[in-house]
Amino acid sequence: MPQLLHEPTPEMIAEEKIYRQMGLADREFDAIQELLGRKPNYTEIGLFSVMWSEHCSYKTSKPVLKKFPSTGARVLQGPGEGAGVVDIGDNQAVVFKIESHNHPSAIEPYQGAATGVGGIIRDVFSMGARPVALLNSLRFGDLNQARVKYLFEEVVAGIAGYGNCIGIPTVGGEVQFDECYNGNPLVNAMCVGLINHEDIKVGQAKGIGNTVMYVGASTGRDGIHGATFASEELNEQSDEKRPAVQVGDPFMEKLLLEACLELIKNDALVGIQDMGAAGLTSSSSEMASKAGVGIHMNLDLVPQREAGMTPYEMMLSESQERMLIVVKKGREEEIKDIFAKWNLHAVAIGEVIEEKVLRLEHKGKIAAEVPVDALAEEAPVYHMPSKIPDDYKAFQKQPVWKPNIQSPKDVLLRLLRQPTIASKEWVYNQYDYMVQTNTVVSPGSDAAVVRIRGTKKALAMTTDCNAKYLLLDPEMGCKIAVAEAARNIVCSGGRPLAITDCLNFGNPEKPEVFWQLEKAVEGMSEACVELETPVISGNVSLYNETNQKAIDPTPVVGMVGLIEDIKHMTTSRFKQAGDAIYVIGKADASFEGSACQLLLEGKASGRAPQLDLTVEKKRQAQLLQAIKKGLVQSAHDVSDGGLGVALAESLIDSGQGADIQITDDINCELFSETQSRFVVSVSEDVREDFEKIVDDAVYLGRVTDKPMLTISGNDGEVLKAEVAELEEAWKGALPCYMTKEG
Amino acid sequence: MKTAVIVFPGSNCDTDMYCAIKEGLGEEVEYVWHDDSSLDGFDAVMIPGGFSYGDYLRSGAIARFSKIMPAVIQAANAGKPVLGVCNGFQILLEAGLLPGAMLRNKKLKFICKTVPLAVENAETLFTAGYKKGDIIQIPIAHGEGNYYCDEKTLEQLQEQNRIVFKYHGNNPNGSIDNIAGIINEKGNVLGMMPHPERAVDMLLGSDDGLKLFQSILQHWRESHAAVTT
Repeated sequence: MPQLLHEPTPEMIAEEKIYRQMGLADREFDAIQELLGRKPNYTEIGLFSVMWSEHCSYKTSKPVLKKFPSTGARVLQGPGEGAGVVDIGDNQAVVFKIESHNHPSAIEPYQGAATGVGGIIRDVFSMGARPVALLNSLRFGDLNQARVKYLFEEVVAGIAGYGNCIGIPTVGGEVQFDECYNGNPLVNAMCVGLINHEDIKVGQAKGIGNTVMYVGASTGRDGIHGATFASEELNEQSDEKRPAVQVGDPFMEKLLLEACLELIKNDALVGIQDMGAAGLTSSSSEMASKAGVGIHMNLDLVPQREAGMTPYEMMLSESQERMLIVVKKGREEEIKDIFAKWNLHAVAIGEVIEEKVLRLEHKGKIAAEVPVDALAEEAPVYHMPSKIPDDYKAFQKQPVWKPNIQSPKDVLLRLLRQPTIASKEWVYNQYDYMVQTNTVVSPGSDAAVVRIRGTKKALAMTTDCNAKYLLLDPEMGCKIAVAEAARNIVCSGGRPLAITDCLNFGNPEKPEVFWQLEKAVEGMSEACVELETPVISGNVSLYNETNQKAIDPTPVVGMVGLIEDIKHMTTSRFKQAGDAIYVIGKADASFEGSACQLLLEGKASGRAPQLDLTVEKKRQAQLLQAIKKGLVQSAHDVSDGGLGVALAESLIDSGQGADIQITDDINCELFSETQSRFVVSVSEDVREDFEKIVDDAVYLGRVTDKPMLTISGNDGEVLKAEVAELEEAWKGALPCYMTKEG
Repeated sequence: MKTAVIVFPGSNCDTDMYCAIKEGLGEEVEYVWHDDSSLDGFDAVMIPGGFSYGDYLRSGAIARFSKIMPAVIQAANAGKPVLGVCNGFQILLEAGLLPGAMLRNKKLKFICKTVPLAVENAETLFTAGYKKGDIIQIPIAHGEGNYYCDEKTLEQLQEQNRIVFKYHGNNPNGSIDNIAGIINEKGNVLGMMPHPERAVDMLLGSDDGLKLFQSILQHWRESHAAVTT
């Protein structure tokens, strides 16, 4: 084996501590030696380093993640498989998951984002589901910086390039901008699929003697150590890790998708798993470990893109568009025929064995032999120290902050121009959000709505997180993230079903960061229990730091809801002149962490807005009841920027205007980010019925046929703006940034 | 009327086209795999959108060499309606069934939105249900829809009234003379970048595309009746 001569010997690995370059700590190396009863060779230490990376093992987040409620009457599959599965009746289920691709996107934004989309799609169709929608949650730094603009432009292009080509509509998501993401953008991709109950597949290698087959694209040297790279901080040298970024081929994935959906109908299939992070290593060892068996693979049989690849390279490659499947012995030809139709490899590379080891054969010799549980299950679990940050203590003590606003109109227009609030048309017009012709509500409303053909049902879906609230108070902020996602679903006429989460945090080895993670998870868990939306899948992305500076804690919530009858579907725009406008819930002074505070003060500080989950739940239930009774013309949650922004968003593109009267404190009502609030419009003839159902509805005024927003207080008119002005501010902001030089 | 929807590796609007005909029009429709070589028994042929062969080399450049293409050309020569939408239009250009070529959109970005189209020629078998000058709302979704042809070809298209649809108001992709769809000389092969199959249900925002499919059906009924009587 001449090519192996360059690899360090087991002795060199131990003495020169070569494992450290792969992200393993000394004590982890000692534990590996103990598990094996000998020194690992180069291939074996490679297997451990990727499987024991935070990305694959969740070694620091695991104790925290246990707190999540992950079961419920409708949950068919919780965390641990490719994606979670929730029953939606009629023998159908919805499958979904969100995943991060932050680090790759920071250094190679187009491919980083594209392969993030590709990976999450595979997670969903590896369950046997047909992907029906994509969403994303993106964070970038200050758009005045050239590098940030480049990252933004390329990430959007990468998402579009992959999703458009494969033919899955990108129907929704969110994009926010803040300096804390300057060097470390967040790219979280979510995929939603549909499945019939009997088609649900899992990644298990059951049945001694069954055949392990490799399907899809060939293995190359790309993405080696991607999982390890994802588990460390970014710094000046990160650019050198560009080879750790994979390259995507959506056309190949489209073929793989169609072939796999044919495959799942074949009863020869025993188990299937995506070769995602840690590629062949994770798929084989996890499938074997879950089934309580072992796998023997002959690496000479692995389809290879390049000559002379070593076992180490093959096992650690993160080449895209590949799946590992286990099929009943003797049925291999049927499987090959399915893949041949799509011009894809389906190669038998190994078999399921009784002994619970991963045994790798290469050129007639055993290249590695490692217990599968050691790789998949026995990664160390760390209980990290946590410490309350000084900032948090200071924020809690800060007196209530109220803005001094002379011209509400000026503030409203400036808020509408904030990149985080401004219309994202520039982004979503690059995504094919209509392909599959089921998109009933396109991007731009509260939640996207995708109908289920052949039924009355539809799915509502959204992603949400306001990280500024989390910066001030991670527990409260994370509750708010869940509640806001649920508000979006309810405003669309759907009942929230479950969530998937993507926990984007800094370096958990810092006690203050670990405290943020702990508190966020506590808040998320509490909200999920109260709102009855279990966590069915998710992903953790830690070490989001550039040169020692952590991002704001950003636990993104991806939520899916069920609209039982498409006629309940509701959107955020006002519909008809004469309709009554209500706000559900009164405002108080909750400006800390608000868009208004960021605009006027330049940074967030103070106590985060408070959320009462009992009030939240009651208002959501009542609004949904009113929507289902057909009493509501439009519904929109009050979030970033407060009621003023919500009113503007309900007006833009509606062709209508609004006359609003406010009797309380004008600035609070218009710009405070008090939680659990909604703007709804209601036909005059059903006002009484509506008020009977929705306790906290406060009458604000009327929709008019003159495209003008007028707001009056007790002392007369305080704001008058043409809808065209609001629209120009809101829609013009992003194109303006993106066409400006520099 | 029995319609074929051709499926290439990478087609992704095949299901949408199939559903538009089956559910929107209520007519018989079947998928035909690119590796088949016959379209016998079909009355109309649809080449759907997508990224056939991943758009490798050039959009439509590889699909044009598929085994099914001689049968498509044969159907076109026999006067059967052939509709190419988006990538289907690109394939018709590559196959030489229609003149011209596609360039990247002028702003180099993929664009997805519903745009107004003007019906320029309402006398084709695809557009008889519209009136000349009708403004219809049809979605576009493409990165290479900037139609281009030389001046002589453009003059010919104009003189022969072969420009069937034009973008109304803003031209989203920079196409020459605002062209959104053109037809062959015989009037039975239509290529268009906008997606009529995405506009057959008001639930999704527009059903302005339905008339196009109804026109094909109406034409088939009339010619079928003429043949059988």
